[in-house]
Amino acid sequence: MTASNGPRPDGEPGRPAATPASAESAPGGLGRRRFIGYLIAAPTLAVVVPYSMTSAQAAAPADLPVPSLPQPEEIVDLGDVQNLAAAPTSGLITVRVHEDGTASFAVPRAEVGQGMTTAVAMMIAEELDLPLGKVRVTMADARPELMMNQLTGGSNSMRSIYIPVRTAAALARQRLVDTAARRWGVRASDLTTSDGVIRHKGGRTATYGSLAKAAAASATTRLETRLKSPDDFTILGTPQNRIDALEAVTGRKQFAGDLRVPGAKPAMVARPPTIHGTVAAVRNAGAVRRMPGITDVAVIEHGVAVRGETFGQCIDAIRALDVQWKPGPVADESDATVLRRLRKATPPMAVPKLPVLPKHIDAEFVFAFASNSPLEPEVAIADVRSGRAEIWASLKVPIVAQEDIAKRLGLPVHAVTVHVVEGGGSFGRHLFHDVAAEAAEVSQKMGKPVKLSWSRTDNFRQGRTHPMCISRVRASYLGSSVLAYEQRHVSSETDFGHGFGEMLTSAGSKLPIAGNLTVAESIFQLSQSSPYDFGATTQLLYEIPLKFATGSMRNIYSPNVVCAQELVVDRLAAAMGRDPLAFRRRYLKDEKLKAVLERAAEAGDWGRTLPDGVAQGVGVHHEYRGAVAVLVEIDCRPETVNRPIEHGVTGPRVTKALIVVDAGFAINPRGLEAQMIGGMNDAIALALTSSLHIKDGLPLEGSWDDYFYTRQWNTPPTMRVIVMPNTRSTPSGAGELAVAPAFAAVACAYARATGTMPTRFPINHGTLGFEPFPTQPSTPQSPTDGLDHAF
Amino acid sequence: MPTHTFKLNGKQVTVETEDSVRLLWVLRDLLGVTGPKYGCGLGVCQACTCHINGKAFNPCSVPVSKIKPTDEITTIEGLPATVDRELHPMQEAWLRHDVSQCGYCQPGQIMTAVAKVRQAREAGREIGDADLDELRNVCRCGTYSRIREAIKDGAEHMRQAGAETARPAPSSSPSPTPSHTSPPDKAKDILEEVAGRDSGLFSP
Ligand code: FES
Ligand code: FES
Repeated sequence: MTASNGPRPDGEPGRPAATPASAESAPGGLGRRRFIGYLIAAPTLAVVVPYSMTSAQAAAPADLPVPSLPQPEEIVDLGDVQNLAAAPTSGLITVRVHEDGTASFAVPRAEVGQGMTTAVAMMIAEELDLPLGKVRVTMADARPELMMNQLTGGSNSMRSIYIPVRTAAALARQRLVDTAARRWGVRASDLTTSDGVIRHKGGRTATYGSLAKAAAASATTRLETRLKSPDDFTILGTPQNRIDALEAVTGRKQFAGDLRVPGAKPAMVARPPTIHGTVAAVRNAGAVRRMPGITDVAVIEHGVAVRGETFGQCIDAIRALDVQWKPGPVADESDATVLRRLRKATPPMAVPKLPVLPKHIDAEFVFAFASNSPLEPEVAIADVRSGRAEIWASLKVPIVAQEDIAKRLGLPVHAVTVHVVEGGGSFGRHLFHDVAAEAAEVSQKMGKPVKLSWSRTDNFRQGRTHPMCISRVRASYLGSSVLAYEQRHVSSETDFGHGFGEMLTSAGSKLPIAGNLTVAESIFQLSQSSPYDFGATTQLLYEIPLKFATGSMRNIYSPNVVCAQELVVDRLAAAMGRDPLAFRRRYLKDEKLKAVLERAAEAGDWGRTLPDGVAQGVGVHHEYRGAVAVLVEIDCRPETVNRPIEHGVTGPRVTKALIVVDAGFAINPRGLEAQMIGGMNDAIALALTSSLHIKDGLPLEGSWDDYFYTRQWNTPPTMRVIVMPNTRSTPSGAGELAVAPAFAAVACAYARATGTMPTRFPINHGTLGFEPFPTQPSTPQSPTDGLDHAF
Repeated sequence: MPTHTFKLNGKQVTVETEDSVRLLWVLRDLLGVTGPKYGCGLGVCQACTCHINGKAFNPCSVPVSKIKPTDEITTIEGLPATVDRELHPMQEAWLRHDVSQCGYCQPGQIMTAVAKVRQAREAGREIGDADLDELRNVCRCGTYSRIREAIKDGAEHMRQAGAETARPAPSSSPSPTPSHTSPPDKAKDILEEVAGRDSGLFSP
């Protein structure tokens, strides 16, 4: 049976883990253990569970078979670290049962499209024996006491809350049963529960709603319970639709920009022509303030903010502003200068000391800057008054946002209320709170509430990016043995200043990694490990300190590192005269990877005859304790490459994509499949079409017809996901899992179809298929000819 | 301040604002109708897609002064009423295929899908892969394959519900020509400036 779904992605660091470790994987282990929680005094039944319980359990090394000389990621991964970091905190999570028969839970995580709320609702419905439709999951405001438990990073959500949430729900069920037993004067063991109803074998019934008040405690009471065995699951592990689907398709789902907060009028910012430039002078603030609909103009740290009746009038005002700018910290940098710096910083390969003289395969791969911008532009609402502030935004680390915003506003932390709003995607972007901090600054300076939105162009040009990087690989082999594999990954600096760094530092002493690694190096080490038996293996990260606006993008380093690795694996296979698949079969050391690869080869008909210019490619990856194999077919024939799409980039087309995933335990196979499909489309974009071109300190890309994220004409017409039978009783992270192997598979297929191994990504970065918007004014004017294109 | 009136989701509405304000902001900021999303304001992403007299268009690219009092604007909120149901068959298909991830693009996707199915039928065909390849709506969560399945399924159910006839007679279909696209030569110059000569970044 399949299962899982960890939330997607967002490439955010921090994956989680929390797999309550080894005991969980032993047959019957988890189900038989006792878990504790507390009833708390409340009008209706409320159960709390200490969050740290999972962490303590996860402190034992996880359940991977560890071969000799494992790389750090194999011993403990980023998610485990997250749990270690959380262990000393005693944050509580609360499940409540209401008189209308529903249960509710405010999850300390952000929903940004990954299906996290649905998975959490499934956990509660399962242990409470309540229909899924009667579970309400909302997002908790910033809660400082939760500390690092409130970080939606990487793919950690499911791994870290799986046990505590189920425990709270199981305790609630037990309390309802005990309450009914007491009321009826019967034995609790003679009662059963289903669909939110308690039944006595004599025929008596009561709904949860009717007992919600009676079951409430008047003082904190400690309780113990057991969790269901996975064999008894009826909801977890079964495909379920999203609980918020109806809201989404009716337009009722509310994102930050859709909220109505009294007085919070639209606001936007005129921005400098270089990243993080600043204002020298505004020459016409008075005239702009008098423009129709405009109420305020204020200079802020990185621009000039305007507030008005409509966003359209804000755009008009931005375009009318006459501002003199000071350059930002990377004003002199362009693609070429950054690449030169990266090359200069790349250390030489350490020649492995080998008893014989091996042959080498050397390769260098360059990956251009990429944008993690979601479709929803950055939006935040801020209402800053004297002595207090209230913020609404999609935030994955709300407590860091709260602290930082309080500091900037000169307010105590408790005077700042931060509401977490559902996000229109994240992909790493919402780990940072840039727009929330800016909205607070604008509101404070104007003395009025604002709904601040970045423009689309702001999002691409001034928003955070996945920085340019190069990966150098040397594989040394002799005959049919690979003796050494070295990879030097050199990247322009990635900003992890969203709280993840603090977490790593605090957990650092407990990690089995030696030395004084930087945060970035630690994350790299914790997320990368070669799945191959390639003798002496080293994968190292180096960073150059350039102050671009950067951040994690879905799956952070893995897509680049794994793409480089898999292309070299194909080269090794060719050098040894072996088929790429047979070669991997022989050298892979992870059984789960071998299993997904085998399944992909069979279901994808590996090796079938294809016309010239069309080829298959395969890529594998393990991370977050999950395993994925991707098999694609790409069509590089001229008639396909040059197919006409008006104002669209075409190029080679991935015609078939097959993703085989082992997510440990798939909480929601349908959600997991959605994450894999999304990851595949991200990978196609990264391999073939989407990148930022940096010129004089600013990306040229300003809209979606410049930044070519995958569109319908580039998505595979045939897309299939196979979820492997569960191999464990707990979920792995899953949201980001597909991106790296899919990127690698597309690159490998392209190399086989064209006979040339690509070394620059995306492969069309050398073609600028658009005329860039001017750098000033920073937001282009909207067209007026929309009716001419109606259909 | 100029006054503008038009039919919105079956009701006549009137707003006061400047002529040049794009309809998207009139809907979202002044009338509080937030189903149509802002994704670019440039006629590119299609997240704002609504219908005018039954045809798909981008309100981010139309000044409110171009909307006539008799024009009928339909947003995602008003779509079910056009077929006199709780949900339009296309919305139901979206639910069956569990299409949405973050959901931000989905109101626009559904409005586009409905118009695209009608357009194909008016041309005497069923919607097929070539039509689907023409859809410009961005989904940054990458839900494209489920969108394709849902549109085919929704088209089938639209036929059963008679929903494909719910718009005025077709007119010839104009070609989309965003105003900022590019003379390739100019693009090439810029590229060279960015890349430099010897970086090797852009060499094949
Ligand atoms: S917001 Fe209208 S097309 Fe993007
Ligand atoms: S569902 Fe998120 S952008 Fe489409």
